[in-house]
Amino acid sequence: MFPFTLEKPRSTEDAIAAAASGARFIAGGTTLIDLMREQVECPDRLIDINSLPFGGIRVEGEDLVIGALARMAEVAADPNVQRLQPLIAESLIEGASPQLRNMASMGGNLLQRVRCPYFRMLDAGCNKRTPGSGCAAIDGLNSGHAILGTSDHCVATHPSDVAVALVALDATMRVKGPQGERSFPVEELFRLPGDTPHLEHTLLPGELIVEIRVPGGPHSRRARYLKVRDRASYEFALVSAAAALSIEDGVIREVRLAVGGVGTRPWRLRDCEAALVGTRPERRAFEEAAQLARQGARPLRHNQFKVELLPRTVVRALALAGEVA
Amino acid sequence: MNVSSIGKPLTRVDGRAKVTGTARYAADFNQPGQLYAVIVSATVGLGRVTEIASTEVERMPGVVAVITHRNAQKLPYLPHKGVIDPAVGERLHVLQDDQVHFYGQPVAIVVADNLDHAERAAAALRITYAARRPLVDHADRTIERIAPKSADGSRGDADVAVTQAPVMIDEAYEIARENHNPMEPHATTAAWSGDRLTLWSKSQYLVNEQAEIAAVFGLPVENVEVICPFIGGAFGTSLRTWPHVTLAALAARQTGRTVKLVLSRKQMFFTTGHRPRTLQRIALGATPDGKLTGVIHEGTGETSRYEQFTEALTAATAYLYSCPNVRTQYRLAQLDTSTPNHMRGPGEASGIFALESAMDELSYKLGIDPIELRRRNEPRRDEAENKPFSSRSLMQCYELGSERFGWARRTPEPRSMRDGRLLIGLGAATATYPAYHAPASARVRLLADGLAEVEAAASDMGPGTYTSMTQVAAEFLGLPPEQVRFRLGQSAYPQTPSHGGSWTMASVGSAIRAACVEAQAQAASRAVADSGSPVFEASVDDLEWSEGRLRRRGDASPGMSYRDIIARTGTPVEAEGSAQRDPEVAEGYSMHSFGAVFAEVAIDPDVGTIRVRRIVGAYGIGRVVNPLLARSQCTGGMIGGIGMALMERTVLDPRDGRPVNAHMADYLMPVNLDVPKLEAYFVDEVDPHVNPLGVKGLGEIALVGTAPAIANAVFHATGRRVRSLPIHIEDVLTA
Ligand SMILES: Cc1cc2nc3c(=O)[nH]c(=O)nc-3n(C[C@H](O)[C@H](O)[C@H](O)COP(=O)(O)OP(=O)(O)OC[C@H]3O[C@@H](n4cnc5c(N)ncnc54)[C@H](O)[C@@H]3O)c2cc1C
Ligand code: SF4
Repeated sequence: MFPFTLEKPRSTEDAIAAAASGARFIAGGTTLIDLMREQVECPDRLIDINSLPFGGIRVEGEDLVIGALARMAEVAADPNVQRLQPLIAESLIEGASPQLRNMASMGGNLLQRVRCPYFRMLDAGCNKRTPGSGCAAIDGLNSGHAILGTSDHCVATHPSDVAVALVALDATMRVKGPQGERSFPVEELFRLPGDTPHLEHTLLPGELIVEIRVPGGPHSRRARYLKVRDRASYEFALVSAAAALSIEDGVIREVRLAVGGVGTRPWRLRDCEAALVGTRPERRAFEEAAQLARQGARPLRHNQFKVELLPRTVVRALALAGEVA
Repeated sequence: MNVSSIGKPLTRVDGRAKVTGTARYAADFNQPGQLYAVIVSATVGLGRVTEIASTEVERMPGVVAVITHRNAQKLPYLPHKGVIDPAVGERLHVLQDDQVHFYGQPVAIVVADNLDHAERAAAALRITYAARRPLVDHADRTIERIAPKSADGSRGDADVAVTQAPVMIDEAYEIARENHNPMEPHATTAAWSGDRLTLWSKSQYLVNEQAEIAAVFGLPVENVEVICPFIGGAFGTSLRTWPHVTLAALAARQTGRTVKLVLSRKQMFFTTGHRPRTLQRIALGATPDGKLTGVIHEGTGETSRYEQFTEALTAATAYLYSCPNVRTQYRLAQLDTSTPNHMRGPGEASGIFALESAMDELSYKLGIDPIELRRRNEPRRDEAENKPFSSRSLMQCYELGSERFGWARRTPEPRSMRDGRLLIGLGAATATYPAYHAPASARVRLLADGLAEVEAAASDMGPGTYTSMTQVAAEFLGLPPEQVRFRLGQSAYPQTPSHGGSWTMASVGSAIRAACVEAQAQAASRAVADSGSPVFEASVDDLEWSEGRLRRRGDASPGMSYRDIIARTGTPVEAEGSAQRDPEVAEGYSMHSFGAVFAEVAIDPDVGTIRVRRIVGAYGIGRVVNPLLARSQCTGGMIGGIGMALMERTVLDPRDGRPVNAHMADYLMPVNLDVPKLEAYFVDEVDPHVNPLGVKGLGEIALVGTAPAIANAVFHATGRRVRSLPIHIEDVLTA
């Protein structure tokens, strides 16, 4: 590895100031160190944010508030999370491995980088890693890549599982930066690749994620995360779906639906949601609505199967959430 | 009689060393003042190196040398081929010219005072190439297929028989390239002292590594010593001596310092072998009542341009079932890749997948139970070689296996079994692997303190060789296992064959037995010659050994222990023994292990996820030396089979031949959650012909048969016959 400095900031303000002048935050390091080892990322200055006061999980009224430094394992095991937002717990448990979940923070999870193999190979063209160097995946081996939100410059999927759940649940996040604090929906954190795939998120220089707020509602408890993949654990999703339903008198009142493994960012399915409101929670209705999920899908040479797998995963996630056989 | 050690479930004698971290693996042998080397691998798939910007890199912190074809010593590369090296072709010569034969080929080596410095310098080294597009896809029909020597076999007229058969199937099968991916990376530390070289190096074949490196550097064999007491898994990848061993020795020689070299996980996909991707065709002809009338098995494996790697892809088809008309054909496609090598169950694992998938398919076409179909084609002798089997318990394996598995609950119709929403499938397949044997030797030393030291240049990549050989020595010396110290992992010990091909127990075990017998004979003649001993002047024929004590036959006295005998002179008894198969017996019998493997899968009809729920294997492998180790061998093999069936695949980018998923997160192998209940059973089998121990070998057969059993279960669950491995969600999604 190359030389770098690792600093413990004295205060949040110090950390933010350092990051605004080019240093990088490090939390669990499971994304960053991994990429530094392969020289995909080469920061010369790291700010260890683990001692800043942004851990923990608390309940405020109907809202669940998760600190950016809370670990994936800790959040998944938290009784309040399991009670109020089981979808979040389930999506976390389905991600990575126990060792990784013990280290990995929630803030870091949202900012984890893509798993496109060419992104990690310095001798391959990759617009995300080296703007203007081309995209080796578009004409290469792309079975794991996205079918939604792609551009001619990048087709990598956003890999996070819990981000799919958070986007489905209309979670918001609070960030602190040199200009002070702001809050915005988690969904707005993620950019589409367009012709600038190296810009992945909407944080301003120096901004630190401090917490994630998940509003509760009648849908929260009827919510399931389904992750489809070739092995039972420790693999990123081929397709995943987060589904939350609020059912009253046998009729769907509210639906939250988002998918992973198919989009260049966590992908909310608002058309499917709209189609389901007012229907009965039955397989036929799920199947009809799920067809809308693949609107605009642009499959590549090796990921055609995702066009078929996507609606099936949505149907199954809805069936799990609605407890429909 | 002796308290027997063979057959006892002894726990691993090296278990404590492994779990407490005192076991030393290749990369643990750090030497004072050593340097660190990092290989720079080619980033093009074919062509030549045109420029190397080494001057700036040489000035980087800690860098001691940048070795490329421009400044590398010219190496003699004298002819040498071990049993494990391809018979045709010439091994890769590293850093001897500017040619790049495949993606990932070593093109430079950077040596520095520590690993960080070496890695940083290696990453900074800019190399320019004149590149061409490599050919790496052997499905490409334009690639010429070559016929390796004695690749084809035939009896009767299979082509006519198949075409005229009342019932026939004719299908194509494909199995992806796989990499061994053991936990432990390849590692070598090389230290020269004058023209003597010591290598602490991960190897499954120490004496071959010794001979190969001696040949590469033009040294007498005895000038090279190889040390490797522990192996963290290998599955065949450490059978050959690969270029990195040469590079470590070269870097050490060129810098005049000891050099340590460890491959990165990514580099483990470049030059350390792989299971070749195979394309196969099976055609079967049968009568309506299920008697095979014709069998055709054609297979092509991939190899490099510089060597012809062959494996026994179609061999088992010739003897597995009774059929008058059989034709097998084996071809190689030479590609711009590195040379493949043996990976657990080499050849058989791939060939049997095709044959056993076809047999299963035929059973459905005929409406005959798949096990019954095998019974109807059970041969009485090896029809290819026209010899009796030394032992063959395939049908007993099917009986024991089906009973334990509960085959009777299977309803024959595809898609007819469910568990809630899930489709359930039950499948079975035959496993087989030759009972090989190779000449081996061993040494036994009986010490004054009553301990026995046993040595052989063998390896233990995980099957438990340390333990099982201890049991063999204990058995034949009549000592408790605690009194035996078995050592392996040094090329200076008596020679053994490679630790692969399931022949370690057969070969090394028989040699240890011979050495023990010889040691006893020496001890006995010493006692007989000793006027103070109770057996003085006895005829050797009148003496017997029992529980490590020598006495006259029928004598009730305590007799003499080894310690008693040795104490009289103080000199330990040292004996060597060797064993090889009697050529007449080898000529007279066909020797193979057999097994029956059963798998149950559950498939989600909505999203296509395939999960194995249970595997049962029943094997006829001759004598079981240690049931605990044998079971562990089998479960490991079954897990490898799950990987082969559902996960493992090295994907090459056709544009430059790079393995795209050379990463542990991207090359899928089963994780704990993918591994269900695994059960292994052994039928009682006595084989008096294979070797004095009566063992047939278990390491390879444990993997063979698992993948087809799973694929057959997938068909039973879904009605979708998938003929390419690994089977993925997308293959059954629309079933
Ligand atoms: C082999 C492997 C498998 C995995 N499988 C999965 C999976 O199946 N599903 C899944 O969802 N994830 C998976 N992951 C990803 C894993 O969840 C992330 O690596 C992890 O969540 C990142 O968190 P961290 O704290 O370690 O981040 P770090 O590596 O410390 O940081 C990651 C990035 O976020 C930035 N950052 C961190 N915290 C903050 C903050 N508070 N504010 C602003 N910026 C910040 C850092 O500067 C850095 O750029 C896997 C990872 C690996 C290595
Ligand atoms: S898909 Fe994106 S990440 Fe992958 S190679 Fe193309 S630009 Fe890079």
